[in-house]
This record gives sequence, C-alpha cells and structure tokens, in this order.
Amino acid sequence: MLILSRKLNESIMIGDSVEISVVEIKGDQVKIGIQAPNTVKVYRKEVYSAIQEENKLAALSSIDDSLPSIQLPKTRQ
Amino acid sequence: MEIQTKAYGPVEIDERQTLYFSHGLLGFEEYHSYALIDSRQPPFFILQSLDEREIAFVVLSPEVFRNDFSLDLATGDLDDLEWGDDEELLVLAIVTIPRDGRPMTANLQGPLVMNRKKKLGKQVIQVGGPWKTRHNILEEMSKMGAEEC
Repeated sequence: MLILSRKLNESIMIGDSVEISVVEIKGDQVKIGIQAPNTVKVYRKEVYSAIQEENKLAALSSIDDSLPSIQLPKTRQ
Repeated sequence: MEIQTKAYGPVEIDERQTLYFSHGLLGFEEYHSYALIDSRQPPFFILQSLDEREIAFVVLSPEVFRNDFSLDLATGDLDDLEWGDDEELLVLAIVTIPRDGRPMTANLQGPLVMNRKKKLGKQVIQVGGPWKTRHNILEEMSKMGAEEC
C-alpha cells in the first residue's frame, strides 16, 4: 500500500481524473473531498463490505428445498 | 445445453439464458458465467453459476415487494452492460433465505442488472437512497398491499 502524508487542503491525484483532498481535520475525523468523473462510483467501504457479506449469506440459502411461497397480488385487468 | 444446478441437478437451458458478469458478484469475483433459470416456485428465479455448481442465488424482481424501487446507474455501469438505446435492462434482487427460520430478505443495495440482449450482467451498488442489503420481503409486500387500498 502506498502511504502519503497530506496536510489540510492538500490533495492526491489518482490517475488524471480522480482528485482526493483533505477538506477538514477535527479530532479523529477527517473530511475528504473526492472529485471523480461519473464513470467512477464512489462509496464508503462499509457499503461494499455489507453487500459482500450479504452475497455470502445469500449463497448459503437453502435453495434445494422448496422455496417459500409468495402470494402475489392479483394484477389489475 | 445441459448445465449442473445446485437446486435441481442437471437442467436443460437455452444459450440465451446465460449471462456474463465481467466483475463477478461482490465476494464472488472469480465466478463470471451464470445462467438465469426459473425456479419451481415463481416468482423466484435462480442465478446459477456455470463455473461452480454449488454457487447459486435465489433472485426476485424488486417490483414484487417494492413497486417504488428505482435504480441509479453510473455511466460506468451502462458501459459495462454495453447498454444500447433500444435495449431493456432486467433488474433482480438477490434473496437471502436464512436456514434458521428468520424471515427471508432481499438485497436492494446491491441489485443485479442484466442486459439480456448482450447477455451481460453486473451487481451495482446503490447509495444515497433508502435501499438496504436486507429488505424483509413479506413485510414490505404487506405494506405495499396496504398502501394500494
């Protein structure tokens, strides 16, 4: 892992289109600004990990037994 | 073609049922080829890995339990799906059915989006909306019914 030191208002470029800057430092919290083209999705790692975990749980679902039945609402004619 | 499925053993499918997930699913990045097959219990479908028989997911259309679901796609997602103007995208949520009897849930924070025409799929991440990894399907369905009255 590459580790760089940055001060307030300094930034880092990732490639030539993603800029990460330190916007605010308060105690143990750092506010980070991210500028990226909309081809790049930006989200907290917790979201990514939660989906990963849920996929793993979903893969353990008992799908060989009969699935629960769902009563579908009647579609309007 | 005949494929091996976790749920039903050997199943005959049409080549048009196959899907390629170039990034895999989160946590399952090494598996790319899947087939979407009917389950014996509609409205569920099964997304079966073609690389590994034991990897299979129960999936369901979000419309079944959340008719207000809307998808937020980045241009990068559309590029991965090679989406063209006249092509429809199919959206499905992965279902978790706990073995201990807890209620089944569906993941709307990481729905699957598929371009059936190009046979490409992607798990996309939804942020900034009300979508969670665990939506209680039956509970949300009953709410949906109540609102319609």
